[in-house]
Amino acid sequence: MNTIHITLLFLAGIFGVLRWVYPRKAEISGAFARYVLLGVAAFLILSPFAWLVCAVFKDKDVLMQYSFLPPIAEWSRATLNLDNFRALFSGEDTVQGRVYFWEYVINSLFLAATSTSVNLFFTSMGGYALSKYEFRGRQSIMAFMVGSMMFPGMLFLAPVYKMIFQFGWMDTYLALLVPGACSVFGIFLFRQAMVSVPQSLIEAARIDGASEFGIYLRVAMPLVRPMTGAFCLITFLGSWNNFVGPQVFIQTQSSLTLPVVLNQYIGVYTQQYGVFLAGTLLAVIPPAVLFFALQREFVAGLTSGAVKG
Amino acid sequence: MFLAPYLVLTALFFVYPFLNSIWLAFHQTNGPGSAVFVGLSNFRFVLGDPDFYTAVKNTTIYAITSVLIQLPLSLGLAMLLNSGKSRVRNVFRLILFSPHLVGSIFVGILFSVIFTPRYGLFNRGLQSLIGWGLEERWLSNPGLVMPALLVVSMWMYVGFNMIYFLAALQNVDQTLEEAARVDGANRWQLFRHVTLPQIKPVAIFVVVMSTIGSYQLFELPYALLGGFGPNNAGLTIVGYLYSTAFETGDLGTGAAIGWLLALIIFTVSTIQLKLARVE
Repeated sequence: MNTIHITLLFLAGIFGVLRWVYPRKAEISGAFARYVLLGVAAFLILSPFAWLVCAVFKDKDVLMQYSFLPPIAEWSRATLNLDNFRALFSGEDTVQGRVYFWEYVINSLFLAATSTSVNLFFTSMGGYALSKYEFRGRQSIMAFMVGSMMFPGMLFLAPVYKMIFQFGWMDTYLALLVPGACSVFGIFLFRQAMVSVPQSLIEAARIDGASEFGIYLRVAMPLVRPMTGAFCLITFLGSWNNFVGPQVFIQTQSSLTLPVVLNQYIGVYTQQYGVFLAGTLLAVIPPAVLFFALQREFVAGLTSGAVKG
Repeated sequence: MFLAPYLVLTALFFVYPFLNSIWLAFHQTNGPGSAVFVGLSNFRFVLGDPDFYTAVKNTTIYAITSVLIQLPLSLGLAMLLNSGKSRVRNVFRLILFSPHLVGSIFVGILFSVIFTPRYGLFNRGLQSLIGWGLEERWLSNPGLVMPALLVVSMWMYVGFNMIYFLAALQNVDQTLEEAARVDGANRWQLFRHVTLPQIKPVAIFVVVMSTIGSYQLFELPYALLGGFGPNNAGLTIVGYLYSTAFETGDLGTGAAIGWLLALIIFTVSTIQLKLARVE
């Protein structure tokens, strides 16, 4: 018998009482059971995050001693402190000289921001063309796109690696930015959204003398803003969490990105879990901030293809 | 022309590599610079390599279990959420989805510590819940690697798949359910004959997508186990490809594995879609 068992028994007891008190209203006990189950699921999902947040502030001597935080009576500089962050930001000596953690953060931010903006521009143009212009070969281009999405990305890694080598792009960010600069998924997302832009609006703008590019930029794009938000988040996450790309193409230590470096840190800080956990926590924050800002658009964008299409 | 960037980039980084990967699969390479034609010997090597079968076995077990355990759980959670108030629904949806924001590598790093014998959060939680598991070496006992991997992947994806089911459930025609209820259908009949047929297209989509995704598993076990685990218990097909092409430097064999992977994925998803149509 421990706290977890007692809590579970207690909840089951309440359920029984509700059943007994309201025998004809199953919806009352049903609603209770539903919220308990959801609560348990939410608890299980959130506990690793809570554990992570607690872990990074604990001193390395007590990190494993307590599941979460030590009891309040034992709070002191010896148990809870910022040593993990201090060690993380003090830099590490590598074979290529001293490298600081913030350099990796900047690299990751730069790559994610650049790839998001480039992708947004290219895919929205592609989506606009496919939804608003009639031209020969449109159907075959779309069929080709669907077909191309069926192949696993890893199939292309070996030949692309060879090309990057031949172009002399090895160890440059071009290797990471150019091959994925126009995702087929994004074109589809924008085509889906732009189909609903009224043709009459485009005609009106054309009569008023707007250029084709101007129509795309000032008429179509503002109307698909929710999709833009969703797409930006998805692309940002893809780049931010990309491991294989930088791992394969980048060799200079100070050009690496967070996923690759934190994966290295497991081997470097073998006895100081707190250090790479602190790095992991920091690596999770930017996507989380972006997600909370864009969450409504994100869910809409994620499911639009599956449900309507 | 608005499509120009796509067309140029596709020609360069899809069509050419696509053809090149066929070409590569029949050549022996030693780093990216050299290539010698070797016919089918790359394929012969892979198909004769026990590691390849370990990888296929692990990946298949992972794919089957994640579809069979994870997706019903996602659907169950979606159904629990579907009947709640919309504000409650949004909060729980946010919470359950949140692990998906964390990249596989970061999740792997996080759980590599959570699974520490005796001290890890998972070991402690399991111990106090069922009185077993405190000392288990989840990541270094070959028999426990796959269960550990499934636990982590469940944590990561259950909420993600739930979003799709929830969206589908919200579009279910309420009047049909009412009618069935008036006609005296019980809960299971209601689910089986009224709700399920209406969410079937989305369910098929989720099953196929999640199978395809499972077959491309790599980063999560790679970070979680710091490699491929004891006895290659965490070796997946993409992991095998990665180590052959980029750790050994044999791009030709890597391309051959890529084609075998594409073939496996294509076969499996075709079978799934056929089965879905038959029913």
